[in-house]
Amino acid sequence: MGIRILKGGMLTTVQDLGRTGYQSQGFSVAGVMDVRSFKIANLLLDNPENEAVLEITLIGPTLEFTSATIIAITGGDFGPTVNGEPVPMYTALYINKGDILKFGSARTGSRGYIAFSSYLEIPVVMGSRCTNMKSSLGGFKGRKLMAGDYINFRIKRRYLPFFLSRKLNLNEFDQMSAELRVVMGPQDDKFSKQGIETFLNSEYTVTSDFDRMGCRLEGPFIASKDGSDIISDGISFGSVQVPSHGKPIILLSDRQTTGGYAKIATVASVDIPKLVQRKTDHKIRFRAITVQEAQKLYLDEVKELDAMRRLIHQPCKEVLECRLVAKRLRTLFES
Amino acid sequence: MQNIRILTAGDSSLLVEFGAEISPEINRKIAATVQLLKEQHIEGIVDMIPTYCSLLINYDPRVLSYEEIRERVFAIVRVETIAGTQRKRVFEIPVCYGGEYGPDMDNIAKHAGLTEEEVIRIHSSKDYLIYMLGFLPGFTYLGGLDERIHTPRLANPRLKISAGSVGIGGSQTGIYPLDSPGGWQLMGMTPVKTYDPNREVPILVEAGDYIRFVPIDEAEYLRIKDLAERGEYQCTVHEGGV
Repeated sequence: MGIRILKGGMLTTVQDLGRTGYQSQGFSVAGVMDVRSFKIANLLLDNPENEAVLEITLIGPTLEFTSATIIAITGGDFGPTVNGEPVPMYTALYINKGDILKFGSARTGSRGYIAFSSYLEIPVVMGSRCTNMKSSLGGFKGRKLMAGDYINFRIKRRYLPFFLSRKLNLNEFDQMSAELRVVMGPQDDKFSKQGIETFLNSEYTVTSDFDRMGCRLEGPFIASKDGSDIISDGISFGSVQVPSHGKPIILLSDRQTTGGYAKIATVASVDIPKLVQRKTDHKIRFRAITVQEAQKLYLDEVKELDAMRRLIHQPCKEVLECRLVAKRLRTLFES
Repeated sequence: MQNIRILTAGDSSLLVEFGAEISPEINRKIAATVQLLKEQHIEGIVDMIPTYCSLLINYDPRVLSYEEIRERVFAIVRVETIAGTQRKRVFEIPVCYGGEYGPDMDNIAKHAGLTEEEVIRIHSSKDYLIYMLGFLPGFTYLGGLDERIHTPRLANPRLKISAGSVGIGGSQTGIYPLDSPGGWQLMGMTPVKTYDPNREVPILVEAGDYIRFVPIDEAEYLRIKDLAERGEYQCTVHEGGV
């Protein structure tokens, strides 16, 4: 019982929130690119927050289910179908044994997430099930999924309470541009006043150099004071590094742990999904906020996800009406 | 401790900058700070990346606010005595130098104007401080290579360097933890697995530890390699104060 990969798509990998605790030894964190879509997918199925999912990229895979389960699909819109019929996203979906789940190419966004109520049987390596492709570590044999691969489920779980309520509003990823809020630093003092003004007041373009490691932008030259080389230091998720060519590179899930270029700013965690769902030629602008504001946004999103969790645990309107009618009918017959 | 700066690195990380130069003293302070932070088990710290002269701390803003983590870290780096109390660990890494194990040994010896034996003696006669790990899992940035055997990188990098290769790249020396492309001049191989994802401790060493290369012959190399493959080889580790 599990899933068989009929087509791997462009880049389909097993991911969770990443392998933390080992960066001091040179291990990249890896993990999902769009943390928000990932969390919503698991939330729709009452999965643990960090349960492993499939991350799909630009061209989606085709999967065959060898047992019944429940899934949720979030992130960019890859036009998912089950046995040829379109199915809704951001909704819990029953899947039967033998069903074929097929994705096309991304109409909006660039990454999608599939969560499973039966949990993927992927060994935990150093505290995580995520795939670190550079080190061939974790996930499914340390690599992307290909036709013929088979992943078992860990448990049987084909029932969820309040099933009809398990629908959420779609995140729309159809915009061609995004404004990313950033916290300046740690090395903004390496850049001239003019360089910082350029960074905050210009439009940048997403280039085709955009993968799980980072996103290279094209646009106006960001001037440093005296070169942007620094003694190598640690890199965070969303660090905006500016090498001597003066164009920003935003470092993402598969980033190396350390690097020797000055980092002018760091993208606020809640805005990283807006970046990773963009495509080549989309436009990016930056706006500076304080670290306190960025942390408030982070906590607001935690509250928002909690509210979603409560919402899908209430009986939906249609069911409530039926119950009410049944109750009235019962009193008629009982009297 | 007046040189220490705490810098923001987004909403979930903090960068503690201990100075702007590569020196064993600064590096020792960083290793001691990491040790103290680990001992305090501060809830909310997710990961730490110590480097040459700074420490990046990843934390969870749900547990710790920026002000809280900043205050906790300041309280630790303010302590002046941390550098004196640190232990020193030296890992012995056996190396089979030259021949098919070190295809560039000739280059290194010629460049230095020394014999192969002298190169081996110089390379294995000191303890190298691990300033940091990075680039690849378990790749160590070692300080203190003797200037006489500094050797420029290969003009044409190799597409594949086997795990366990020991080499020199400019003023640096180190061990390749896994198969990787690279341009270093290869002088030997260690049978020890410095990185093994299936071991309970995948990486043996930490930043702040030292490495001592110990020359071995081919018979010993094969003997240790056999033990290492079965997971039965333990590196010799010397522990003591600095």
